Amino acid sequence: MNRIDKKFKELKKKKQKALIAFLTAGDFGLSTTKKLVLEFDRRGVDIIELGVPFSDPVADGPTIQASSERALKRGTKLKDIIKLVKDLRRSTCIPVILMGYYNPVLKYGLKKFVSDCAGNGVDGVIIPDLPPDEAEDLVAEAKKRDFATIFLLSPTSTPDRIRLVSKKSKGFIYYVSLTGITGARANLPKELASRVRLIKRYSDKPVCVGFGVSRPGQVREIAKMAEGVIVGSAIVKEIEKNSKRKDFIKLVGDYVQKLAEASHQ
Amino acid sequence: MKLPDKKGHFGVFGGKYVPETLMTALDELEREYAAAKKDKKFRKLLDYYLSDFAGRPSVLYYARRLTEKLKGPKIYLKREDLNHTGSHKINNTLGQGLLTLRMGKKRIIAETGAGQHGVATATVAALFGLECEVFMGEEDIKRQALNVFRMRLLGSKVTSVSSGSKTLKDAMNEAMRDWVTNVRSTHYCIGSVAGPHPFPMMVRDFQSVIGKETKRQILKLEGRLPDYLLACVGGGSNSMGLFYNFFNDKKVKFIGVEAAGRGLSTGLHAATLEKGEVGVLHGSKSYLLQDKAGQVKIAHSISAGLDYPGVGPEHAYFKSIGRAKYVSVTDDEALDAFQLLSETEGIIPALESSHAIAYLAKHARKHKKSDIVVVCLSGRGDKDVDMVSKALASRKR
Repeated sequence: MNRIDKKFKELKKKKQKALIAFLTAGDFGLSTTKKLVLEFDRRGVDIIELGVPFSDPVADGPTIQASSERALKRGTKLKDIIKLVKDLRRSTCIPVILMGYYNPVLKYGLKKFVSDCAGNGVDGVIIPDLPPDEAEDLVAEAKKRDFATIFLLSPTSTPDRIRLVSKKSKGFIYYVSLTGITGARANLPKELASRVRLIKRYSDKPVCVGFGVSRPGQVREIAKMAEGVIVGSAIVKEIEKNSKRKDFIKLVGDYVQKLAEASHQ
Repeated sequence: MKLPDKKGHFGVFGGKYVPETLMTALDELEREYAAAKKDKKFRKLLDYYLSDFAGRPSVLYYARRLTEKLKGPKIYLKREDLNHTGSHKINNTLGQGLLTLRMGKKRIIAETGAGQHGVATATVAALFGLECEVFMGEEDIKRQALNVFRMRLLGSKVTSVSSGSKTLKDAMNEAMRDWVTNVRSTHYCIGSVAGPHPFPMMVRDFQSVIGKETKRQILKLEGRLPDYLLACVGGGSNSMGLFYNFFNDKKVKFIGVEAAGRGLSTGLHAATLEKGEVGVLHGSKSYLLQDKAGQVKIAHSISAGLDYPGVGPEHAYFKSIGRAKYVSVTDDEALDAFQLLSETEGIIPALESSHAIAYLAKHARKHKKSDIVVVCLSGRGDKDVDMVSKALASRKR
């Protein structure tokens, strides 16, 4: 069984919800990314989402755009990120998902991408500019290797699209809480609970909610309706803010621990 | 088979590579466009605005002095520069503006490089009473100050984009981010035959009026079809507009001219079809200037309208089946052509269109005198005079 499926099974038994933490790989260096992932694992994060930096991140707000730029300036490449996961697998079995735009994956080669990922301990992939409609080849390759393809749903998705995305998703469904780009927001959208209920009417796969989530209170609220909560920009901001501090890793760890505790209550 | 197919593919190119949030909007647009195409009232209304507002048909003009000077083929210019707003862009924005009204959306957004599409969108927004915001790279705002002022005069908001290369590519990123956010109230009026399906098809259809008229006009003037069609290619809308209706006339050869910038060997160019590789950017699969890791490279051209690392998917398809030939000319050659056309014909061309003229000037002697070439003069050069005067001054030094 894939590490992601196993994780959701485990959490279900404990009646807990998953806290999924996003960070851009290579932001402040890949060795920093490694330290942060291990710290996140110790602090109770359930699943790691590693951002693969891209030159033109159209679904991202200023925070993740800036982290992408920083990582690219350091020369971070997809192959190095996969290597990092291989290295991480010596010390942790936390599920790791790559999240990145399609072109670097396409350039890497779909078949090679899936086989290198699956062979080195990457559990799945989220590609925000690759809807299932264009993902036949990826899904076919992923099936061969028990590799999770996580597709997204949004507030504008119709029942037809919910059915399609649910059918093609493996691991979980990523529900984008709002119409917009990534970035912390003060409030959760009012329609969130009803939208998640709508998805659940058509799908029995775990639903995780992301975009705009930054506070433990918001995490608690989402944990009441979905199987997991994804926090991205807020963590990236925390990393950026503390990067020059001596106890940098610990400070970011303190922050994600609060989020993890909120999702496990 | 008629292309694109149902999923918006031209062979392996095209498609819909966008965030989920936009998928429903694209489906809606596709449905609405299909319905509008069949709707006589819509077509009549579009024809009315094309003729009475934009001034179509544009003339097909025999460039006698240029023909004599170049000692090559007989040259005709399709005068898209004479359209209202000064370029071919209005053909598309009138169509998409009417669609916006049909969909009941109140706001329209656009990306722009040279500012021609921005001005054409702002114009249509004023005409139809829509709220309009145009995204433009900081670098382009500097080099196209006149068009920025025109857009503001027309009541549009011009938003400066300072990420990445600060040019057209980044303006398009920002426009897509706005669209993802405001998709329920806003139509994104893409200005080229690029972006996700149905845009490449829809923009092509709206621009195909160029080729439709050209065919009628050349048959009347010469009694036969031309041997060559020549146009510049950035995203590729004026060229596709000219080529499309001649697709089945196999004897008519298509030549698309890209920007070689400072030279193909320098890496500072925008010759996507000549030098790029297959990739996905801004919603479709096509050719792309990219590095080995799949990061998008920054394009370079003196012409802001050609300064784009991608190209419309149907051009990629034309290249793959050998229907069109894609070539390139440098900044310097385009500058020469800018002056050449001004001096010989009394027509100041846009820097974009100057690329097509430059290729013709370079290769005119290879043609038979009996050949007929139609060049799409996609826009007028008023917007470029400041830039050109600076470039010429620095060349003298």
